[in-house]
Amino acid sequence: MIYLDHAATTPLHPEVAAVMYDVMQKCYGNPSTTYTIGREARELLENARKQVADLICAQPEEIIFTSGGTESDFLALWGVVCSHKEQGSKKGRGSHIITSSIEHHAVLNNSANLAKYLDCTVTYLPVDGDGLIDPADVKQAIRSDTTLISIMHANNEIGTIEPIEEIASIAREEGVPFHIDAVQTVGHIPVDVNKLGVDLLSLSGHKFYGPKGVGALYVRQGTPFTSLLQGGGQERGYRSGTENLPGIVGLGKAAVIAQRDMEKEQQRLEKLRDALIKGIEEQIPGARLNGHRTKRLPHNVNFAFPNIEGESLLLGLDLQGIAVSSGSACSTGSEEPSHVLRALGGLPDQYLNGAIRMTLGRSNTEEDITTVIEALATLVKKLNQLFSS
Amino acid sequence: MNSLTKEGICPMYSPKIIEHFQNPRKAGKIPDADGIATIAEGCGDIFRFYVKIRNNRLEKVGYEVKGCPVAIACCSMTATLAEGKSLADAMMITNEVVEKALGGLPPEKKHCSNLAADALYEAIQDYLYKRALAGNTAPAASGDDWRYMYLPRDVPDSKGNRR
Repeated sequence: MIYLDHAATTPLHPEVAAVMYDVMQKCYGNPSTTYTIGREARELLENARKQVADLICAQPEEIIFTSGGTESDFLALWGVVCSHKEQGSKKGRGSHIITSSIEHHAVLNNSANLAKYLDCTVTYLPVDGDGLIDPADVKQAIRSDTTLISIMHANNEIGTIEPIEEIASIAREEGVPFHIDAVQTVGHIPVDVNKLGVDLLSLSGHKFYGPKGVGALYVRQGTPFTSLLQGGGQERGYRSGTENLPGIVGLGKAAVIAQRDMEKEQQRLEKLRDALIKGIEEQIPGARLNGHRTKRLPHNVNFAFPNIEGESLLLGLDLQGIAVSSGSACSTGSEEPSHVLRALGGLPDQYLNGAIRMTLGRSNTEEDITTVIEALATLVKKLNQLFSS
Repeated sequence: MNSLTKEGICPMYSPKIIEHFQNPRKAGKIPDADGIATIAEGCGDIFRFYVKIRNNRLEKVGYEVKGCPVAIACCSMTATLAEGKSLADAMMITNEVVEKALGGLPPEKKHCSNLAADALYEAIQDYLYKRALAGNTAPAASGDDWRYMYLPRDVPDSKGNRR
């Protein structure tokens, strides 16, 4: 099989699997206990915290382990808004949130819930044809009651990398906390919370060869933030619940490996990505690249084809042993085309349902790229013959 | 392939859907068709059926389709079931008949992707309408019943469904 859906999830790195297996077998102690095996577990936990912090140039005490990207986004949005509780404050309940129209549903739907349950107002910023947010739009959207800005570092569907540094400097000037969903970037491209200037950041283990069910939220010291999951007071009270130690240790290991191999792997994937883009554009008439050509994740390729449904491409490739993702939400049971493609103004209607995303990873080779281009070209031709006008 | 799945829990393609998707039967337009109809679905799927009729029989059925694997399989199955049948029998092929012949459809696909039989029905209607316009509304042969004649759109079809 040629696996081209690394943005959905990645296989567990063997070195990660090995340390996790070790922890599962030997270290069952609860990190909150103080006898020997508890202290051992605590040491593993804090070691992993340091490893994850190092990957994003943060301090260990700024890392909160979570169950993954969705929970991190949830905690960030609700945690910042709920931290304002003083009567008459312009922040908190009824305040204003800025996000974009191409966010992951974890951010979109939690914003919608904040509007529903805490009467917040949400501004969904538009994007240009490449999926880029204009920092000037952010500046313009900020109001005196803006509590939080939440923008994704890179888009999961089209791979466009947003101008986070510019938005962060605006947010800082205006004194508004800035959260980024960096699930698609951490472990793949350099992410430095200080260089970016962000206050909160979500990351997820299984997107960079770590385990599923574990992620982290970075919260810069001094950021207004409150705990939502109450209980035994783990994670300095910010996220109660006995820690998922095998997962967390695996996440730490994945962070170390990502940091170690990043430069080489990033260059290698960019080369493969560009070869795939070039091959498709040369061999398939009508193919349209979605997302920015250069401000783009090193492993993301997203193409739309006119008058073909992405789901048919997905199944056609799957039957040849190639796993890709369809940009159309139809396959997930909803009839609406992807909200991301829809937000890219100017994408003609006949392309809306015909997008597929191919996301590369460690296992992919130049040979894979040749195979995929050929298979895709043949398939598009075949499906085109089914519909001529 | 779908031994682990149950309808409603994890939508999957039946082996027959996959087979017809991979090798669609009778695809393509018929340039000198006697009847043509197109159904365009809101989500972007398009079903266009062509019928060539001789002696009140579907001598040839063709189609063009833009859609998901299920839509393509439904067209292929509909054309397979219909070709060679009398007009009366062909008009009894409903979306449900097609669904059954394909071994079931993923639940969320039933309403939007299973419209091939409707398109075929409309193509036959198109033929009957053209025939009626040509002044030839009388039953063409003994044994013909009402279904042979042009049916206005507000008249329920053979199943009692209003279109």
